[in-house]
Amino acid sequence: MKISPSKIISLLFFIFSGFYLYTAHQIQVFTFDENAAFNAKTFPIYLGYAGLIFSALYVLLPETRPSNVDLTVLDYKKTITLVILMILYGLTILRVGYFLSTSIFLVLSYIVLGERKWLWIFLLSFPFVAIFMYLLHGLLNIYLRDPFLQYIGIMG
Amino acid sequence: MIEGILIGLETAFSLKNLMMVMIGCFSGTIIGMLPGLGPMTAIALMIPITYGFEPSTGLILMAGVYYGAVFGGSTSSILINAPGIPGTVATSFDGYPMAQQGKAGKALAIAAYSSFAGGTIAAIFLLIAAPSLSKVSLAFRSPDYFGLMILGLTAVSAFSAKGHFLKAMMMVVLGLMLASVGQDTLSDIPRFTFQNMNLSDGISFVLVVMATFAMSEALTIIFKANDPTRVAKQISLSQLGSIKLDKIETKKMVTTIPRSSVLGFIIGVLPGAGSTIASFLAYGMERNFVNDEEKQKFGKGSVNGLAAPETANNAACSGSFVPLLTLGIPGSGTTAVMLGALLGFGIQPGPRLYQTNPEIFWSVIMSMYIGMVILLILNLPLIPYIARVLATPRTFLIPLILFFSVTGIYLMSFNNFDIYLMIGIAVLATILRLYDFPMPPLILAFVLGGLMEENLRRSLLISDGSWSFLWDRPLTIVIMTVIVLIVLWQCIKSFKTKIG
Repeated sequence: MKISPSKIISLLFFIFSGFYLYTAHQIQVFTFDENAAFNAKTFPIYLGYAGLIFSALYVLLPETRPSNVDLTVLDYKKTITLVILMILYGLTILRVGYFLSTSIFLVLSYIVLGERKWLWIFLLSFPFVAIFMYLLHGLLNIYLRDPFLQYIGIMG
Repeated sequence: MIEGILIGLETAFSLKNLMMVMIGCFSGTIIGMLPGLGPMTAIALMIPITYGFEPSTGLILMAGVYYGAVFGGSTSSILINAPGIPGTVATSFDGYPMAQQGKAGKALAIAAYSSFAGGTIAAIFLLIAAPSLSKVSLAFRSPDYFGLMILGLTAVSAFSAKGHFLKAMMMVVLGLMLASVGQDTLSDIPRFTFQNMNLSDGISFVLVVMATFAMSEALTIIFKANDPTRVAKQISLSQLGSIKLDKIETKKMVTTIPRSSVLGFIIGVLPGAGSTIASFLAYGMERNFVNDEEKQKFGKGSVNGLAAPETANNAACSGSFVPLLTLGIPGSGTTAVMLGALLGFGIQPGPRLYQTNPEIFWSVIMSMYIGMVILLILNLPLIPYIARVLATPRTFLIPLILFFSVTGIYLMSFNNFDIYLMIGIAVLATILRLYDFPMPPLILAFVLGGLMEENLRRSLLISDGSWSFLWDRPLTIVIMTVIVLIVLWQCIKSFKTKIG
């Protein structure tokens, strides 16, 4: 028997709803609130049941409009590389600083997506981020932590 | 009242206040266009500046920023499918497909005209009916609000999911589940935080909207880059269209705008409902009003489908000032920020605001109209330039969308955890979108989650734990009946599709 990807996702959502419901029951409420008509876990418990019902209905009922996706045409390589770049960007933004990490993230992303116009790659990374930072930091007074710029003495 | 209007006109038309409206509208549009920075952020940024002004001038500036940011949010919804605020999510349903068809200029023009018309009509309503309309909102009780929110979520699932009702309902539940993360508002008990301090305040709206719309859209474009149908869409993205509307399009707008304005304004008056529900309901209502041929175009670039939510969200913005100015109760998150600013000026909004500070009450209402005119004059000529964002090659546009998304969330929290959480939600959303699990119901549920729980809590406590509150009041019965009808209609439709 072949099961459609949408049904697999719904089945996973069913399991997730079950876990959510279990966690909702574990929420510690105050003793005096335990038997109240409504406490901190009432709404999550209803949500857990709603998730179980809707996902079970989708799994059990026949699909009226199945989603057809051709998995062979999807570009996994570029997408996964971009996600990894974003994770690395998130990892370095506090340690290296906003300016350098953002600029490098932009340069690498342009290259990964196949861009080879080097002048534009440069203009839309380092100078672009510098102007953006000036707008945020200089004009709108939004503090941006940047150890790199502090180290080279540009930022106080 | 005439005397009050004259005082308001005199204050609003002073050179200083006119300048403030202009500055507010312009800066609001720019800030609102940036994904992640909506009206709330824009107004919050303005608060320190306004303390140097008189209260009326400060409030006029903030009202200008509010309208500008709402329009700016629509622009990013249409151009890059990244709604900066929940009120413009419905705009992207038809605005973005229109932009993909090479009619970005036209879509932005429709948004500008609809915003102007909706805002103008609502400003007139506000002028005439502000005192009496506050009584309407007082008639709503917690069970009615709870019912209204379920109605909004059911309507969105039924109308925006293109036949995937159950998938949309799963997304509604997922949105509500995400909203339940963090401390319980009443008891401060942590829920689903797994002892992680970063989750104790809950998940931010900007994070979820950026992840499910901007970031996931960018990833989907790359993911489907080799898909022949997708390639065609990308080519059309680089074509800039005219901003001129033909007779048929104008005629469609003329019929849509009045009904969406009325609906938007009434929904805006209800505290908590605001522009998000207004735009979604207007979208759903409009779909029911149009003929079958036009109905097929919904979600694929319909003029009615774009004009309705745009009109309604601006009308709701005006409507949300009614509870703020007459009752002192903010109707939305943005007006809540404005309430904070007013209290900072030492002004307590409420029924006595007419008598104690008539210049504030009326000048704000007058400025709204002036703001609408300025917004139209300012934005229409700029549309061809704004639309040029689309001409940016995909190799540059995608990294820039990702950069704005990450920056938007980084500026709010300054920690890595939120960035990782956003990437995780974006990856999940990309997979879900691939299999037609719709994102708008998730977003609306996420926004309404806290309010829904609050109103359910009140309703259940009043009725001593009994669910009879759902049929105790005539207004609640009407709302619940509409919900049941929508669900039945979906069941019949699915059954017919299967049989057919």
